[in-house]
Amino acid sequence: MSGSQEAGQPPSLRLVNSMEYKDYYSVMGVKRDASQDEIKRAYRRLARKFHPDVSKESDAEARFKELGEAYAVLKDAEKRAAYNELGANWQTGQEFKPPPDWGTGFEFTGSGIDGGDSAAFSDFFETLFGQRTGAQRSAGPRPEFHARGDDHHAKVLVDLEDAYNGATRTINLRTPALDESGHVVTRDRALNVKIPKGITQGQRIRLSRQGSPGVGSGHAGDLYLEIEFRPHRLYAIDGRDVYLKLPVTPWEAALGATIKIPTPSGFVDLKMPEGTSSGKRLRLKGRGIPGSPPGDLYVTAEITLPPANSDLAKEFYRKMRQELHYNPRGHLEA
Amino acid sequence: MNITVKTLTGTVLDDRVHLSLEEICEACSVRTDWVVDLVNEGILEPSGDRRTEWKFSGSVLSRVQVARRLQSDLGINLAGIALAIDLLEEIEKMRCRLRGAHRESLNPEWPHR
Repeated sequence: MSGSQEAGQPPSLRLVNSMEYKDYYSVMGVKRDASQDEIKRAYRRLARKFHPDVSKESDAEARFKELGEAYAVLKDAEKRAAYNELGANWQTGQEFKPPPDWGTGFEFTGSGIDGGDSAAFSDFFETLFGQRTGAQRSAGPRPEFHARGDDHHAKVLVDLEDAYNGATRTINLRTPALDESGHVVTRDRALNVKIPKGITQGQRIRLSRQGSPGVGSGHAGDLYLEIEFRPHRLYAIDGRDVYLKLPVTPWEAALGATIKIPTPSGFVDLKMPEGTSSGKRLRLKGRGIPGSPPGDLYVTAEITLPPANSDLAKEFYRKMRQELHYNPRGHLEA
Repeated sequence: MNITVKTLTGTVLDDRVHLSLEEICEACSVRTDWVVDLVNEGILEPSGDRRTEWKFSGSVLSRVQVARRLQSDLGINLAGIALAIDLLEEIEKMRCRLRGAHRESLNPEWPHR
């Protein structure tokens, strides 16, 4: 369920077998003797806070899954009682082995697991309460069961130039899957994906049937890629519009000039009218990100002063002072 | 080794893509009635008068998916979903603007807006 562009992770079948104790009470921020109502209220509050669609915290998804797992145990009287049997002396993250007589005194009914539909629960949970039933966790063939595979989501970093020219990107995906013996393994997968011309920040690309495989006759889920631009050395981007700050000399601004400027699609000549003031914005229509209609390229003139670091330069400035009689602060003196 | 490399072309989910009611339901694993409810609540605005003629723009897919998660994970009703989605989009716009302003103040070399 994760996607990244970081290369260099060796492709491997990795057995996920970390078995650490999880303190479900501290995950939910409630005392061990909390009432079922208190637990429900805590879940509601935290679920709103950490819901991945609402929260922008980078670990929101992990926190939300952890919360769903804690709630699946604590809201269910049977599971909660069994969990309490382990005792209160465990620490989160402590190496955990279930007691030898584990599971003899309890019988779990129903799945009791809902919410976070794509969440795989921890090994700790599964050791205590058994594997989840359903598409992802059915180890053996279940001929009567059909389900569509899960959708996957990943971000893809592109450069502004890719939006002008189109590009191909290699996406490395790491997805949980089951091996022949029903263990959860992570599977690495690389996909080459065409990034079409005209793409903008935040836009999503859907790749049909490139998500998790389905079960039975259910077909695979989809893969969604969200476009994110890398910060650019020269340009700022807003939708399809692109912004460039252009340093100019006082004489270019005062007298007008034709200036060769960079654009993401190559150099162009910009005609700067005479009397251009600092901060003035010039629009190059249609020179933004391609599309229908294409965006515009905005060039902001920034007048920079030549340094007065030589006798000649100082003499020029003195001459300007004498002969131009320029007062930029007239409006402050009234 | 489990590596396969092939070049794929996806669909950019922008306003040039038009999806039917059935395609939306298939892509999001939801029932037709539920999507109709989203339309009636004003969360989705398809073009076309009758249900069979409805066309949704590609950007609608993520709205439907967010709506589905908000309902199943948080138990929010349709009116609440509509409000939450509007507010989330508003917040996202402001975050974008804030990022732009922040970038400018940190890096004076960055182009002015």
